[in-house]
Amino acid sequence: MTNAMTDAPLLTAEAVTKFYGARIGCRDVGFELYPGEVLAVVGESGSGKSTLLKLLSGQLAPSDGRVLYRMRDGVTRDILTLSEAERRFLFRTDWGFVHQHAEQGLRMGVSAGANVGERLMAVGWRHYGKIRTEAETWLERVEIDAGRIDERPTAYSGGMRQRLQIARNLVTAPRLVFMDEPTGGLDVSVQARLLDLVRGLVADLGLAAIVVTHDLAVARLLSHRILVMKDGRAIETGLTDQVLDDPREPYTQLLVSSILQP
Amino acid sequence: MTAPLLALDSLAKSFTMHLQGGLVIPVVAGISLDVAAGECVVLGGPSGAGKSSVLKMIYGNYRADGGAIRVIDRNETVDVATAAPRRVMALRCTTIGYVSQFLRVIPRVPALAVVEEAATAFGLGREEAQARARRLLALLNVPERLWSLPPATFSGGEQQRVNIARGFIADHPILLLDEPTASLDAKNRAAVVELIEAKKAAGTAIVGIFHDDDVRERVATRIVDVTRFAASAA
Repeated sequence: MTNAMTDAPLLTAEAVTKFYGARIGCRDVGFELYPGEVLAVVGESGSGKSTLLKLLSGQLAPSDGRVLYRMRDGVTRDILTLSEAERRFLFRTDWGFVHQHAEQGLRMGVSAGANVGERLMAVGWRHYGKIRTEAETWLERVEIDAGRIDERPTAYSGGMRQRLQIARNLVTAPRLVFMDEPTGGLDVSVQARLLDLVRGLVADLGLAAIVVTHDLAVARLLSHRILVMKDGRAIETGLTDQVLDDPREPYTQLLVSSILQP
Repeated sequence: MTAPLLALDSLAKSFTMHLQGGLVIPVVAGISLDVAAGECVVLGGPSGAGKSSVLKMIYGNYRADGGAIRVIDRNETVDVATAAPRRVMALRCTTIGYVSQFLRVIPRVPALAVVEEAATAFGLGREEAQARARRLLALLNVPERLWSLPPATFSGGEQQRVNIARGFIADHPILLLDEPTASLDAKNRAAVVELIEAKKAAGTAIVGIFHDDDVRERVATRIVDVTRFAASAA
C-alpha cells in the first residue's frame, strides 16, 4: 500500500464509451487503477458492467475513449494499438481473467494439472517435472488436493472448478486480474470459502483486480474502491465502505437498502 | 501548545434520503476542533447527536458535506474531506486508527490474524505484529483457545475486545474510539483505560465516544458537547 502510493496507475480508463447501434452499452467511464488496488464494479443486470469489463480487457473496442495499460517495461500503452504478440503476452501472463462460469475459463477436456501447466508453458516453461511441481503447489494453494491433479475438471464440483480457474490464472504471477461475477452460481458456503481465498491471494500477491459483481457483500469483502453503474454510466464512485455506508445517489441508496439481512 | 495533529474546520454533515422523497436529515454543522498530540478529546451529547458520524467522517467512512478535516501525515497536511480514495486508504494504514462499535467479521479469518492485519498494514514485520497481537489479546483477557478461531461465533464482548486489539496494535498518530468499552465488564474496561492512557503518554491524538461516566472522567483531556454544533433542519 505505502510503496504503491508513488507508483503510476497500472490501468487508466478515459471516457470509455460503447454504443451497440443506437443503444448505449457504456458511456464516459473513467478511472485509474493502481498496483495492488481492487476495484469493484457493481450494478444490476444490463447496467453495462460486463460491457465495461470487456472494454477494459481489450475484448471489445470502444466507440470512443481509450484504455491505457502500463506494461512491464514501464511504458504506458493504449491497449487497442498493441500488436497481436503483445496482446497475447498480456492475456497469457500479465493479466488473468476469471469467468463466472469456470467452463469458459478452463479447458474441460484436459487434466487439472494441464490446465495450470498450460499457462506456464505459454511463458516458456519446458521442464515437465518443474511444471508439475508448480501446478501441484498452486492446486494446494487454492485448497485442491494435489492427488486430484490428473483428473479432468469435469470430475470437479462447481466450487473446485472455480478455484482451479483461479489457480490457472494466477500461476503466471499476473499484475491485473479481471473477475466477472466470480462467485455467481455457487452455494453460499462455497462462496465464502472462495471469497476468503481470493481475498488472501490478492493481498499476498499484491494484485490489482477489477471485480464485476451484483453482490454488494462481495464488493465489501474484496474491494478497496467501488464504481456503481446504472444505464451504462458510472453514477457513483469512492471508497467501498464509504459508498456502501453513506451512499449519495438515489440508485445506490436503493441498491444498499435492498440487501436482505440474514 | 504543539500544533494539532487533527483539525476539524467548519465540518458539516446531513443525510439526504432519496427513498423517502428526498428527506434531509441534518446531523452536524460548523464543527471546528483541534486535537493535539497526547490529548484525548471526548465527544459528548445524547444518542443521535452525531458523535459517531463525526468519527466516521474523520476516518473517511462518511462523506463531509462541507468544511475540512486536516490531518498531519508525516510532513504533509491532508484534508480527508477532499482527498482521493487512495490517499484515505493510505492514511488508514499509517496515520488514523479506528475502533468501531462492532467488529466486522470476515469468514474463516482467525482472531489473531484479524488483529495482526492492522499491524502489517501499518508497516510492522510479521513477527512484531504477531508478538503485539498476542500481548494485546492476553491483556484484554481474550482466552488463548479462541485466538486461532474466526470471531464469528464469539460473544459480543469477545468480538469487541478483538476489535480493540486491532485498533490499538499499530502506532497510529491519531486514534478514533467509538464506544470501545460499551459491552465490557469492569475488569476489561480497566484494561482499555490503561491502553488509552499508554497511547496518550506516547503522544497519540485521540478522539473518543464513551458512555460510562467513570471511563470518560478518567481518560478525557476535555469534553466537547456535539449538540453545540447541531444542524438545523433545512
